[in-house]
Amino acid sequence: MSVPISWYLMLAAALFAIGTVGALTRRNGIGIFLSIELMLNAANLTLVAFARQMDQRTGQLIVFFVMAIAAAEAAVGLALFIAVFRQRHTIDVNRMNLMRW
Amino acid sequence: METVVFGLFAALALVSALVVVTHKSPIYSTLALVLTLFSVAVLFVLLGAPFLGALQVLVYAGAIVVLFLFVIMLLNVQKEEMSHVGSSGQLWAALLAAVVFVGMLGLTFWRAGSPAVSPLTPESVSLKGLAAELFGTYLLPFEIVGLLLLVAVIGATVAARRPSELGPIREDEYVSGDEPRTDPLKSGPDPHRPSVAEPAYQSSQREAS
Repeated sequence: MSVPISWYLMLAAALFAIGTVGALTRRNGIGIFLSIELMLNAANLTLVAFARQMDQRTGQLIVFFVMAIAAAEAAVGLALFIAVFRQRHTIDVNRMNLMRW
Repeated sequence: METVVFGLFAALALVSALVVVTHKSPIYSTLALVLTLFSVAVLFVLLGAPFLGALQVLVYAGAIVVLFLFVIMLLNVQKEEMSHVGSSGQLWAALLAAVVFVGMLGLTFWRAGSPAVSPLTPESVSLKGLAAELFGTYLLPFEIVGLLLLVAVIGATVAARRPSELGPIREDEYVSGDEPRTDPLKSGPDPHRPSVAEPAYQSSQREAS
């Protein structure tokens, strides 16, 4: 008995929604980053599920690229947080309003 | 059997994702993220992508999450108070996200139904086919991703570097919130230093204000 693809898609949608809520409500910069990683993973799950449905490998390859880009994004973003923390001694995004207006 | 495994790890992924978003301490959030990533890796394997499952564990749980933990420990991030969704902008964004989510769920139910999935064949899971396509059709994107990673490493190093005008790290300087750093080689208190040390940035802030 095989699991229908739509179940995977619904799980991915739920994970993406949870990640979105986290990215919008968390105030800690690293918490926002974690939520973004969650959203990326939900998108990856969708891609793999569709690759399975279509019986193609392209989706899996896109997931490969997404993972590499997520790694680059995490490295640069965390380096930026270190730089901000060095100057302001906080990574609370509510107190980082230098470029707000 | 497959349904049981799917249900188990889907529930685990959802619960740990909720912990990621709601837990106040960044450390626990990150550890919950590891659990989510592992569950999604299991789902990848169920979907006939064992290579991606292994990659997920190695790259995400092994490298990216360790980077997160490293930075959290380095910065000594305090627990945050949960934000109250007060501003109307956030509220509208949350409402929009909820509508989009419900729309996606509805579309999935309505359109997808449960079409038959072709059974996995040995060549559809084989690493050989994946590699042939990666280094054939997608060779250029692969090279560009390699370049991107190089640029990201250089950029991260430059961004996180200590500004040169600060000079070398002084002995009385330490990351905020921690105990003053003491040299383990020296025994006993240093008579030349004040007994209650104060972080450098606090004194500078006081002078500024």
